Amino acid sequence: MNKLAEHKRQRIDELTARTAEGGGVSLFRDAGRRLLRNPTAIVGATIILLFLVIAIFAPLVAPHDPVQRFPELTKDLTVDTIPGPTAGHPFGSDPLGRDFMSRMIYGARQTMFVGVLATTIGLLLGVLLGGVAGAAGGWIDVVIMRFTDVMLALPSLLLAITLVALASQSTQWTVIMAVAIVNVPIFARLLRGSMLAQRESDHVLAARALGVKRRHIVTRHMLPNSLTAVIVQATLTFAVAILDAAALSFLGLGDPDINRAEWGLMLGVDGVRYFEVRPELAYFPALAIILVALGFTLLGEGMREALDPKNRR
Amino acid sequence: MPLLDVRDLSVVFRRDGTPFTAVDGVSFTVEPGQAVGLVGESGCGKSVTSLAIMGLLPRRGNKVGGEVLFDDADLLKLRPQELRDRRGRDIGMIFQDPLSSLNPVIPLGLQVAEVLERHQGKRRQEALREARKLLDAVGIPDPARRLKEFPHQLSGGMRQRALIAIALACKPRLLIADEPTTALDVTIQAQILTLLKELVEDSGTALIMITHDLGVVAGLCDTVNVLYAGKVVERAARHDLFGAPRHPYTHGLLQSVPRLDVDRGGRLHQIRGSVNDNIPWPEGCAFAPRCDRVNDACVGETVPLEPTFRGGALRCTNPVPQEVPV
Amino acid sequence: MLKVVSRRLIQLFITLLALMTLIFFWLRSLPGGPVDALLGERATPETRERLIRALGYDEPIWVQYGHFLKNVVTGNFGNSIRTGEPVMDVIGRSFPATVELAVAAMIIAIGLGVPLGYLAARHRGRALDNATIILTLVGISIPIFFLGYLLKDWLTQSVHVFPPSGRISTGMDNTDVTGLFVLDGLLTREFDASADALWHLVLPAFTLATIPLAIIIRITRASVLDVLDADYIRTAEAKGLRNPTVRKRHVLRNALLPVVTIIGLQTGALLAGAVLTEKVYNWGGLGTLITDSISGSRDYPVLQALILLAAVVFIVVNLVVDLSYAVIDPRVRV
Repeated sequence: MNKLAEHKRQRIDELTARTAEGGGVSLFRDAGRRLLRNPTAIVGATIILLFLVIAIFAPLVAPHDPVQRFPELTKDLTVDTIPGPTAGHPFGSDPLGRDFMSRMIYGARQTMFVGVLATTIGLLLGVLLGGVAGAAGGWIDVVIMRFTDVMLALPSLLLAITLVALASQSTQWTVIMAVAIVNVPIFARLLRGSMLAQRESDHVLAARALGVKRRHIVTRHMLPNSLTAVIVQATLTFAVAILDAAALSFLGLGDPDINRAEWGLMLGVDGVRYFEVRPELAYFPALAIILVALGFTLLGEGMREALDPKNRR
Repeated sequence: MPLLDVRDLSVVFRRDGTPFTAVDGVSFTVEPGQAVGLVGESGCGKSVTSLAIMGLLPRRGNKVGGEVLFDDADLLKLRPQELRDRRGRDIGMIFQDPLSSLNPVIPLGLQVAEVLERHQGKRRQEALREARKLLDAVGIPDPARRLKEFPHQLSGGMRQRALIAIALACKPRLLIADEPTTALDVTIQAQILTLLKELVEDSGTALIMITHDLGVVAGLCDTVNVLYAGKVVERAARHDLFGAPRHPYTHGLLQSVPRLDVDRGGRLHQIRGSVNDNIPWPEGCAFAPRCDRVNDACVGETVPLEPTFRGGALRCTNPVPQEVPV
Repeated sequence: MLKVVSRRLIQLFITLLALMTLIFFWLRSLPGGPVDALLGERATPETRERLIRALGYDEPIWVQYGHFLKNVVTGNFGNSIRTGEPVMDVIGRSFPATVELAVAAMIIAIGLGVPLGYLAARHRGRALDNATIILTLVGISIPIFFLGYLLKDWLTQSVHVFPPSGRISTGMDNTDVTGLFVLDGLLTREFDASADALWHLVLPAFTLATIPLAIIIRITRASVLDVLDADYIRTAEAKGLRNPTVRKRHVLRNALLPVVTIIGLQTGALLAGAVLTEKVYNWGGLGTLITDSISGSRDYPVLQALILLAAVVFIVVNLVVDLSYAVIDPRVRV
């Protein structure tokens, strides 16, 4: 009955093979592929990468030592003049006669450091709390969740202000810890909620019905799905973290070390104080903060879009 | 003269830059009062066809070609305002999922009444009184109370009845039903189909029934169009189609319907492969890779839709012989 | 309904109690205790002793905790360390200024945010939509105190459009009724005072509105896009309803549900933004009070009361949002 000519049969095989390629791609490879095709994520990642390179290679990129005060700059410093660009100092001086460009470049390092640390600490503590609550259930769950309720009873920046204000003295670490702790309840609730939803989801029920081991279900089915939400949140949190750190500096609760070159400090202390004398002291760190925050927000949004299984095609 | 004359309708989607032809030159007619079935698997273009007729496809990213003649006016060329005047008045439509098709935050009464307000110029109170009668007519118990209720307070069957009441509120001459029973329990399915049949026959409304379920068509439709990959592959009167299907795809579909009367204990027939195995129509018959009766003529060029002597049409180079009993 | 409200109020009470307890014990556990924190290192032993006795810190901690709770419940937060006045008086004086600023900011955020988000969704993928998205992204990425200085620099220094700071021009003879200067002017028919206060309000309100505005636009846009794709909108179109009916009755009503939640959350969070905004514009409200209470030596009695107040506002606003949900969404039963 089947008298299909050989070349036509090949044509059909070829066509069917092509159409069949669509299926059977694993979730993560698929997500990675969609992430690479997502323009939002790409733009975000590019911005972050650029600043990361500057941060890592700061000593090689920066023309000068960021804490050294230069006589050629200090001699022109008065109450209402701060030297602008000169030969050897393309961004001019900061209020203490230091090379502003070098401070901006080292600022990438310090700012990333604060953001990464605050986000990571917040994430780790939050995941720990949320994971324990989600896995243990019962009264442990209730206590942990009530605890997060208390923390969430204040707007996040206000909580950070409170935490720093309650510390006996501010240091760089009080800022990092305050910004980190603010995010702990968010991560905790996110992971717990996601794990509970996973536990009731059809694919976990199916795995359980098939007799898959509990440990296997948690590590293979529940955690990967819950962690994507946490990773996306962490990316978005980074942007908020450096903005909060800058706000704390502006309120006089930041790092008191005058040598520290960090954008939030540069903007929140010198930037606003000398806004009318030399607005660049505010513009440059503000622009850098906006760009980095934008980069992380874009990457986070892009990841959320790409990792959402609803968008699978 | 037919009530609806669909000529060479085509719909091309553009997603991520690559065009996809969902409906590929579909033609069929609906006579006044006639019930016509559009049958096929999901993705064959039957729902898209109905949305294109109603002008409900999003304008962005879609290209609709061909003609849809209703009362000698081409619906595809009407200005949006003129089309709005006809939708709900001349043509009603009911959808697959009755819960999501009803607005969750508006009381049921207003959802029925607003059609009457729009097309018959009725005032709110008058429209609500009429809505109560309509709900009663589609078999919703205690309609006065239901007017004030919200969709989530109704059962699935009741919601679909409400949608039917909305679609038939202005006594349209054509009703398009897109998988109206798919989301319902089997027992409710039969009730809804009986209701549709009664209402359509009593009012003389023509019906386009879109379904993947041949059982639905069997009890309801005068003529059946079988769609595959965006094209009509077979058209026949109901009795001809069920008695002697000619296209191997139709034949396969019929054989995969579970039946009580024959062959108990035998394995249910299934069509091998899936729509993913299709070849593009210009390269031959899209169904060829899945077809049991495939031959040389099936591949290479488009297989034309040709009239059959019994008044239908067929797109096949090697049809199932007519004497083969089903 | 009543049962839910009372249950939520009890929850609120427990949360606040826990918050106060945490703060109480934290303050007592600071190295050197709160007295050192208050006095700094310059204090002589005699002043220390006097302050310790005056504050009752020589009593056992549980007695202190009991006193503290009793005082909190009766609204007695003690006296401000900075000015010596009762805490409630200090807060009461600053409260109206922040209310005025917050109300103005939310009017701007909602009044601009919802229409802009809706328009962006309707023009999805076109220039207006892209411009709006970029604007909102910058809005949530910009440090708002910097934006405040920027606006101040452009619109009060370079071009003299708005006054740079304060709530009302000095020498303006205005009568204080509610403490909301714009409203007072209207009530007492001192329209020049009202206009002057409004003029002072514009820049701070816009600055404070930045983040809620950006977020309301984004949520409205996403929500409208969701609703436009919904099956019931297709049904409404199939009925042949006129465009305005479809938009108002079917699209907007559904799309605004998630927006209400976000408006509630953002309103509760305004006090955080107010701390920054008020410092930029020298506004003299609760935000300024927070800044003053933490700069230099910390005014813990005031700070404690402010934190409690912020929490109460935040939780009550969220409760109101939840309850309003039951009114506007028939699927939610309280």
